[in-house]
Amino acid sequence: MSELKTCLYDAHVALGAKMSPFAGFIMPIQYSSITIEHNAVRQHVGMFDVSHMGEIFVKGPQAEAFINHIFTNDIRGYEPGKVLYGMMCYPDGGTVDDLLVYREFLADHFLLVVNAANIDKDFAWIQEQAKGYDCRLDNASPRIGQIAVQGPEAEKTIIEVLGYKEAADLSFYTFCDVEYNGERLILSRTGYTGEDGFELYTTCENIVEIWDKLIRAGVQPCGLGCRDTLRFEAGLPLYGDELSPEISPVMAGLGMFCKYEKDFVGKEALLEQKAGNVARKLVGIEIEDKAIPRAGYPVETEDGREIGVVTTGYHSISLDKSICFALVDKEFSALDTPLCIRIRKKVFPGKVVKKRFYQTNYKK
Amino acid sequence: MSKIIEGLKYSESHEWVKVEGNIAYIGVTDFAQKEMGDITYVDMPEEGDDVLAGEEFGALESVKASSELICPVSGTVILANGELADAPEKVNEDAYSAWIIKVEMSLPSELDALMDADAYKAYIGE
Repeated sequence: MSELKTCLYDAHVALGAKMSPFAGFIMPIQYSSITIEHNAVRQHVGMFDVSHMGEIFVKGPQAEAFINHIFTNDIRGYEPGKVLYGMMCYPDGGTVDDLLVYREFLADHFLLVVNAANIDKDFAWIQEQAKGYDCRLDNASPRIGQIAVQGPEAEKTIIEVLGYKEAADLSFYTFCDVEYNGERLILSRTGYTGEDGFELYTTCENIVEIWDKLIRAGVQPCGLGCRDTLRFEAGLPLYGDELSPEISPVMAGLGMFCKYEKDFVGKEALLEQKAGNVARKLVGIEIEDKAIPRAGYPVETEDGREIGVVTTGYHSISLDKSICFALVDKEFSALDTPLCIRIRKKVFPGKVVKKRFYQTNYKK
Repeated sequence: MSKIIEGLKYSESHEWVKVEGNIAYIGVTDFAQKEMGDITYVDMPEEGDDVLAGEEFGALESVKASSELICPVSGTVILANGELADAPEKVNEDAYSAWIIKVEMSLPSELDALMDADAYKAYIGE
């Protein structure tokens, strides 16, 4: 199967990016080095091509009721211009995807932003679930490009380079509609890095122009390599690693995004898991060495019993510590529980720590 | 162009061997360090550990990936380069001075199976 290209493919190649397949797309992994790009986002500003992400519009008199039926979070009472994070689940509580729901400024209009690897699966699931609801679905993913501008200087960059003074008025998880070349651009104060930042959705032609403007203004292009190190440090899950059909939001520690005072697909199963009927939970683990825990490495008790597995791990660039997410048997998930990670032939002692390793800097 | 040094022996998994009598210093080539990118950790055996030709003796780690180190010769580790524990970036800076282990060879004839500088140059095709 050949990979899809985003509208910025030529721009990446021209910048000398190291390209690699990801989620069905050929994507930039890094331009200079993961460390340089990571630090640009933490200290100044960096930008990512995230045009591979999926955009699905839901419109109609029963759009809100329908979304609330498939979404673990509760969009009722959320005003236009607000963004809400949550998951879609299967009846058994397993995760279909994690996503953002945008309540648009037109009544009964919503935008769902889903993971690239899941676009087809999600759209099929949404169509199936929408039967009997008066709403229209539009998978706009191929028509819409997306750039994420992230870091403490993101607001300044959006205002000075692109001229959108509106950026200053947006708080985290809100958005506004602006125009670029007479076309709609969604300016959203969201991101996946643990820093303040914006995500811009517009036509592919506009995205190419905007990317070019930002490059000429000196904004550091950042690849998916540091997107992963950044989101990981901020304690954010990646679908496929920390969420999956086998890993429910409750197992992943995302129960705060599940609202049980309303009905949604998977609610009964999640309630049961929440009451204690779950085998494993996702934890953070820090080890006392520079060795790096990687996905798939076994987690053991001090006496050598295998009780879990690493899902993502790095030697953290911002914290200079070897840390990981791991799925472990529930009885070992309490903070400070001593746990070891087997890395090749050696076993490294560590302990359970909070999953949000890095203090996030969002604009509240 | 990757740097290659005359007089060293090279393995297909991109380790180099510098021979002094019965002693072999082992590291990774300039080509290997470029492929890996910024090296953040070197996993090394300990003094007294036995190593076998063709078998893993440690690993190099970059931010994103880990790459096994394969021993080109058999023997006993008489020293691991402790400097690399605190400064793994030395492998990136000069791959040929950043030796990883010093081995007392048990079967020096294994060296014959390794490549010389010219053969290694052809092997990496630069």
